[in-house]
Amino acid sequence: MESRPKKYPNRLGVTGWGLGGRWGVERYLYTIHRLTGIGLVLYFILHIFLTATRTFGQESWENSMSMVNSPFFMLMEFVVIIGFVFHALNGIRLILIELGFAVGRPEEPVYPYRSSINTQRPLMIVMMLLAGIFIILGGYDMFAFAH
Amino acid sequence: MKEARNWTWQIITGVVILFCGALHMITVHMDDILGWYNPAGGKAIEWANVAARSADTTSMVIYIILLGATLYHGLYGIRNIVFELRPSAGIEKLVTVLLWLAGLGLFAIGFYGAVALKMA
Repeated sequence: MESRPKKYPNRLGVTGWGLGGRWGVERYLYTIHRLTGIGLVLYFILHIFLTATRTFGQESWENSMSMVNSPFFMLMEFVVIIGFVFHALNGIRLILIELGFAVGRPEEPVYPYRSSINTQRPLMIVMMLLAGIFIILGGYDMFAFAH
Repeated sequence: MKEARNWTWQIITGVVILFCGALHMITVHMDDILGWYNPAGGKAIEWANVAARSADTTSMVIYIILLGATLYHGLYGIRNIVFELRPSAGIEKLVTVLLWLAGLGLFAIGFYGAVALKMA
């Protein structure tokens, strides 16, 4: 019979997401990844119900669209775009690192020391720049052509 | 081993959402810049374009795949977050069952929404 692994208590709990110690940028990106993930799940549940209104015909669809056409909802939709783009590109970064593609070669610890951060940090910068570009494009499409 | 398999599916569904979700976001949120798949012209959420995409088999299949992948990816992520807080075995079981029920229920609603206009 498979034995259950020993469980250690999570001493910090949710506060550990941000106040766990001296973490690098990548750790805080992981925390933001979680927060955007939770936000996207909540949005997605609403989105399923809202888009299901199209099954009741044109009038039902147009009523539900007029309900979410206010400036507040448009701003929230832009927040969703930001969350999706960040979560997607940071997710690509995490998958690449997990599969070993962006870890770098192991080297002897001889000065000047090189570690995997020498490969991971540029990857993070590239992903965040791409995220910024897509967010700006999405915002431009949303607000420049709004009527 | 079971959790390793579940995590592998988490990665796979993430990649699926990346492609299908990006297509969906570009179709709906870059309609004025790119205008992809808006056969009636105008905004992507206008009824004529929504009806056209709903009647198209390829769109319907992509929506259903995206629905399933997103529900799995999102709800398994929530499960991981909750489990990291080290609840008791009973709470873990309850959370797993509730998430499965929520996932199946939401999939049923979304699936109906995706196929209803095609079948009409």
